Formats: sequence, C-alpha cells, structure tokens
Amino acid sequence: MVMEIVCPAGTPAALRAAVKAGAHTVYCGFNDETNARNFPGLNFNRAEMRDAVAFAHRHGSKVLVAINTFPRAGDEAIWHCAVADAESSGVDAVILADLGLLDYTARAHPGLRRHLSVQAAAANADVINFYADTFGVKRVVLPRVLSVPEIAAINAETEVETEVFVFGGLCVMAEGRCSLSSYATGLSPNMNGVCSPASHVDYTEDQGVLDARLGGYLIHRVNKGEPAPYPTLCKGCFTASDKTGHLFEDPVSLNAEQLIPQLQKAGVTALKIEGRQRSKSYVAQVVQNFRAAVDALEAGRSMPEGMLARLSEGQAMTTGAYKKTWR
Amino acid sequence: MELTVGPSQFFWPAEFWSSFYQDLAQSPVDHVVIGELVCSKRLPFYQDHIPDAISALIAAGKQVALTSLALVTLKRERKLTAELAEMGVMVEVNDLTALAHLPEGTAFTVGPLVNVYNEGTLRWLASRGTRRVCLPPELPLASVETLTRTAGDLGIAVEVWGHGRLPLAISGRCYHARLHGRTKDNCQFACEDDPDGLEVRTRDGKPFMAMNGVQTLSDSYACTDHQIEQLRAIGVSALRLSPQSQEFLRLCALYRKRVDQRLPKGGVAKEIMEKTPDLRLSDGFLTGSCGAAWSGEMIP
Repeated sequence: MVMEIVCPAGTPAALRAAVKAGAHTVYCGFNDETNARNFPGLNFNRAEMRDAVAFAHRHGSKVLVAINTFPRAGDEAIWHCAVADAESSGVDAVILADLGLLDYTARAHPGLRRHLSVQAAAANADVINFYADTFGVKRVVLPRVLSVPEIAAINAETEVETEVFVFGGLCVMAEGRCSLSSYATGLSPNMNGVCSPASHVDYTEDQGVLDARLGGYLIHRVNKGEPAPYPTLCKGCFTASDKTGHLFEDPVSLNAEQLIPQLQKAGVTALKIEGRQRSKSYVAQVVQNFRAAVDALEAGRSMPEGMLARLSEGQAMTTGAYKKTWR
Repeated sequence: MELTVGPSQFFWPAEFWSSFYQDLAQSPVDHVVIGELVCSKRLPFYQDHIPDAISALIAAGKQVALTSLALVTLKRERKLTAELAEMGVMVEVNDLTALAHLPEGTAFTVGPLVNVYNEGTLRWLASRGTRRVCLPPELPLASVETLTRTAGDLGIAVEVWGHGRLPLAISGRCYHARLHGRTKDNCQFACEDDPDGLEVRTRDGKPFMAMNGVQTLSDSYACTDHQIEQLRAIGVSALRLSPQSQEFLRLCALYRKRVDQRLPKGGVAKEIMEKTPDLRLSDGFLTGSCGAAWSGEMIP
C-alpha cells in the first residue's frame, strides 16, 4: 500500500494547497492553546475547520486535528470542547498526548478515532500497546529518538499504525518531555503550545556582530552578513568545559526522504511533514515532492534525489535519530 | 510536611553511590526513591548495591520506591522496566512503560517526568492505583493548588520539586558523548566526570544549563525555601530533594528544620548562598516569570 503523506496546514489556504498538491492527509489545529503550534495568525476557527474538512473530503483527503498540549489544571473544558468540536466538524481523527484527555475522549467520544501525538513520547512497543489497549489508540506518531531498525522492531510487535516525521523542524529532545523553553521564557510546548517564542527573542547589533537572545540568554552570535538562524534553544551555540559549539544540535532540519524505502520496509504507515507555521507554497512544494517519492516507490521506480534541499532551514539537513550514529 | 529524596540523576562511582545511601538512611527524610533514571548504561556499575541500599533505608524507617528510566527505548531497557516490580518495593513511574508492566491494581507512585498537568490525568492515574505524585517541575503554583485539591479528594499525596537542578529535557542523544566527539554507544562514560552535571554557558559567559548524559538540567538549583508556607497551606504533602554529590545530608537537615518551622523563611537560601556563593538558585517555575527566575536577592 502506498505510504500516506501527512501534511501540515497552519491556515485554510495552506490546507487547500496541500490537498491540491496531493496530500493524502492534512493535520491542523484550532486557533488556541490546545495545539502545539499556538502561534499568532495561525490555525483554524470553528467555521474554518468545518469548511476545511468538507473541502478535504470532497477531494479525497483526510483531516487530523492536533489537540496535543497538556490541558491546564482548572481549564480542561477548553480542551474537552476542542475534542467535541473536532468530532462535530467531521474530522477523521484527533491527535492527543495527555492521559486525562485520552481517557476523556475514549469515554465521551468513543467513535472519534484517536492518534497518539509525538508529545506523548511513546518510544517502545510495550507502551504503544498499552495506549492502544487502554485508550483505543489506532496510530502513534513516533518520537524522534528512534533508529530505523528500532522502528521496524516496534512495528513487528504492535498492530498500532506508526507515523514518523520525515521533513522539517527537528526536536533534539524527546517531545513532550522538554521544559527548556519555559525555563528561559516562561512559555513551553507542553503548557502553551510554543517553543522558543518570538515574543521573547531579541536581536542586537554591535560593531558588526549580531546577537540573538531568547529570554535574555545569548543563543547565537554571528558576524553581520552571516546567516543568523532563529534562536531555538536546543540549537544554540554554547560553551561547556573548554569547548564552544552547538552542544545539543546544529541548526539543521530533518530530511529523511532518502530513507523512505527503508521506512516502508520497517512497516511505517504514514510519513509526517513538520511545519504548520510554513507558507502554503512551501507546503505545496514539499507535498508534491514527497507524493512523487512515495508514488515512485509504489510503482517500483527509483526515488528522485535531493529535491528538497533548498527548502530546508539554512540549507543544512540531517536524518536525525534514524541513523544510530546521531546519538 | 514530609521530605522525599528523588533518585540521583547522576553517574556516581559504585562505592560513592553505596555510601551515599548508607548515609542517607541516617538523615531526617521520610521517602527515598532509588535507582537509575537517566541512562540504562550506568546501571550495571552499581546495580548489585541496590538491594543493600534498599534494606538499609527500610531498616531506618524510610519509605522506599524504585524508579523507572525516564525514557525506555531498547529491548534491554524494556526488560529492566518489566522487572522493576520484582524488587519488592513500590515502583515510581517516570515513563509510562513502567505502568504498562505493572499488574493492574498494583499501587505505584508517579515521578516528576510523567506529564501530570490536570485533574483528568490525576483521576485516571488514581483509577490505576497511584498513591503519590510528584508534579512536573514546570507547573506554576496555581496549577499545583488546583491539582492538590483534586488529589486530596482522590487520596493521593502530592509532592513538588523542592530542591536541586531541574530536569529540563531527556533525549535519545548523549550530549556528554557528543562533547567528546563520541556517539552514545561508544560514550566511554564521559558523564562520570561530572558528578553534578557539566555547566553549559552562553557565549557571553552566562551559566544556563547543565548536561548530564542524555539529560539536560538547569544550571540553577531550584529552591522552594520562599514558597514552603504557601505549599503547605494548599495541601502539598512533601518536598522532593534531588541528590547532589556535596553536602547533601546537610541540605536534608536544613530543609527538615525549615519545614518543621525551626528555621525562618529564607534560612535555607541564606545558608546555601553563604556556603556556596557561586551557586545560583531559582524558583521561577512556581512563582516567577520563567523557570530560571529567583524570588530572592541575587548575590552579585
């Protein structure tokens, strides 16, 4: 069976572009703190979600709604309402991470298909099967800490479908288990749906040197004219002992397009593209390329090569944890 | 208010590890969580000492729990996790994999690395047999208060991160190995050189984080000295103190005096700052604008 391309959409326009470009499935979120890309000007209001689902279904595509932050104590109703509205919009599944919300959804909306978000960091077959048995989870988005053979081993031991990230931003830390951002800024992926938020970024220039700070911490220092990457915490340049460099990760993004045949052999159901904050033209190009790749694979043709390089952050790319030496 | 000592987050030589827990048996704390949290590769070096440490702690009247790993991926790690319950003490779940292996109905505790952010999660955990929960360190006081109320109704004791470097992230990649130009599989146990983690500074020299193998900690030591009255008032039943290689027994004694009201508010922080002026404290996750913030005076 052809591998499913799961594509991000931050806006209704991006969703339509993704569907037209051939996305089998599009994922998006409501315009509030219930999803992990809670950026200004992004995401869908309730009416837009209904229209988007209708549009996608008319064109044979599916829509998944990410409700994958961890509900704030005292305010769970906001997240419960998001689940109910997703179901009434006719979405094909919700993507959840929080145990309480999974339990609520399984009980209150048993007919609504449930996927386990990468934010749950379910990294082995035992825990994946536990989520399936306990909450009826049908698909898991695997955390970006696993190699291809480990993914194959998981698929050999579970009936739950697996979805893996193949392109876009790369979390170096296990997702849903990271509070670096709130340590520096007070805002975190788990609680607020943001990481290294732009509201806390500060650029200063002095004598030809450009400093990028997050929450007052210097993340990047470059000479004027050099590319200045966005100050994402885990990709900053720091010093430990006598070594200065990108101690956690270089400013790279993930590109696993050449691993698609291996991922298929490993039993992966769906390939996920990161980037709900991206433009519709970016989304359309990435989708076209990945769709071409999986269609070529299905038809027994060779994979097109190196097609996505120019779309990557700062041109530098990695296959991340899929190759064991990354660790 | 009780004191819980969390599992050591660091890789200590077996003899040091062993004497740390023998000494801890004589300290004025109520609960001790023991075992390997961060990296399964460390465990073979000291695992034979764990039963003796547990016995000494139990003989001294401590409640003992055994932690799971924070991130379980490898087959060997799954096996270790499945065998936790066989040690005969309560299991502290720090990755849900451990819960998957506990027979239904077995009582367990929940550590700070499980995402307990709301009442629904607490209720579900209670239905599975949770007795104690140490809340994630990033929760603000308002959330702690709401959760503590629900936990009270459910009969769950709530702990908060009381003192020590904050566990901010866990990864598949080993940063100590990366720093030495190695991969995780060939790490040569570089993390052993840093018994309290290795300081990570920004390029303009500001201390920021601490690396500890696959784990990233805060540079600052979280300290709840200024919030103890509030925490007690909202029903928090224990503070979790995280082991450090130096002066840890003194720290336990200090917090004992503080929670027993034999030391005034600010007394813990004052003594720490006098004894270790280079060390930075924080309490921003509970009451500040960001985790690194500190409500007291900064020592210049």
